Amino acid sequence: MNELIKHARELLESGEVAAVIGYRQVSAKRTKPVIITDPEETSALVFNEYCLNNLAVYLTKARIKLLCKKNDKVLKLAITAKPCDVHSIVALIQENQIDRDTIHIISFNCHGVAKDFGFDFNGDNLASKCITCETHKPLYYDKLFGEVMETPQASDTAIARIKEIESMPHNERFEFFKGEFDKCIKCYACRAVCPLCYCQRCITDKTIPCWIETSSHQRGNFAWNVIRAFHLSGRCTGCGECDRACPADIPLSLINRKMSMEAKNLFSFVSGRSLETPTLVGSYNEKDNDELFM
Amino acid sequence: MDKQNWEPKIAAFVCNWCTYTGADLAGTSRLKYPANCKLIRVMCSGSIDPVFILKAFERGADGVLVSGCHPNDCHYNAGNFHARRRWDFFHELMDFIGIEKGRLQFSWISASEGKKFADVITKVTEDIKAMGPFTAYKKMNSEFTIDFPEEPFEILKPVFQENSDKETV
Repeated sequence: MNELIKHARELLESGEVAAVIGYRQVSAKRTKPVIITDPEETSALVFNEYCLNNLAVYLTKARIKLLCKKNDKVLKLAITAKPCDVHSIVALIQENQIDRDTIHIISFNCHGVAKDFGFDFNGDNLASKCITCETHKPLYYDKLFGEVMETPQASDTAIARIKEIESMPHNERFEFFKGEFDKCIKCYACRAVCPLCYCQRCITDKTIPCWIETSSHQRGNFAWNVIRAFHLSGRCTGCGECDRACPADIPLSLINRKMSMEAKNLFSFVSGRSLETPTLVGSYNEKDNDELFM
Repeated sequence: MDKQNWEPKIAAFVCNWCTYTGADLAGTSRLKYPANCKLIRVMCSGSIDPVFILKAFERGADGVLVSGCHPNDCHYNAGNFHARRRWDFFHELMDFIGIEKGRLQFSWISASEGKKFADVITKVTEDIKAMGPFTAYKKMNSEFTIDFPEEPFEILKPVFQENSDKETV
């Protein structure tokens, strides 16, 4: 931990970075995101199993970008990121939302995080994304901390649930999702917390003409959740923040995971893994599968 | 209306340059095809947003057809290539949330394929006729309701009473 604080302090004191986005401890099993511009405040920085937030969401915010502009110079932004958050950063770089040169990635050898604040960190309370995680060491970083430790073992319940839904007939599936989406209160927490939902104006905010009904009735909820899932298909890096943020416990990451599986099946593409490849839906290949079309 | 006489409503999103012109050719060639498809002309298959399709289902369409130029024939060079990737995803998503794959169909029809246009329309209409009406989406509740308990302020009652007592004193 001291290394992290020392490194952040050096970065800020040298004037290389304008701010460090990191985590601070608020209680034993809870952390909060913090944006530090003063070297004296770096002592608050921590990294542990309760650093749940995906801080990549802040990188595209206009107010954070403003922090970097000093005396006509654009300073770097340092971010502490788990290896899975690095995927989100990579996806943002791929989509030209941020520049790799302006981001200083401080990352860690990760052995998983808890599913939510307040839970003990063990196999039963492991976040579902960590169960199938293959990147315990980040793919891209400027500074790496932390020892390599073993991830607790747990069974993958999400994939079993997807299989279960797929085995239902269509009308049952429709009723299932109708019921799940009906719980939605349109708080848009899923949108706010998603690093890839960076549109200045979301399609659901555009109401003339009104494509997605803004009321929180069944029809409006259904349209919003389907379109949200579609806009993330082939892009979602699987950080699972939408699931954690949803106050109505809608299994959002279930649909996201299903669409990621499709991206892998159809195009052998996994989002946010390589800076060299173009994005999936932003590019095309003339030899793509044509079976769908008559 | 009994099921025998039921006619499906199908929204067809067609591209201006190929499929719509193909439909024109089908008409001028006096080809016969079912009248269930309502053609909606758009400039390119790449400009069809999935919300259009969702809206069509929401407004009671039993099926949707999306049709554009053959690959490499796009008037805008790459519009249909982009569309193709998008539809692959959307088709899978619709299937996963419970809308059968047959209700949403795709085709490439060029301006010279009047016969193919008539055939595709016939096939889509027959497919959807066999599947029956799709009312689940249209029937969805579109009114915002909250189920309040009969006595919403049960918990607060003692508090109110306490206060009212004080006021009288």
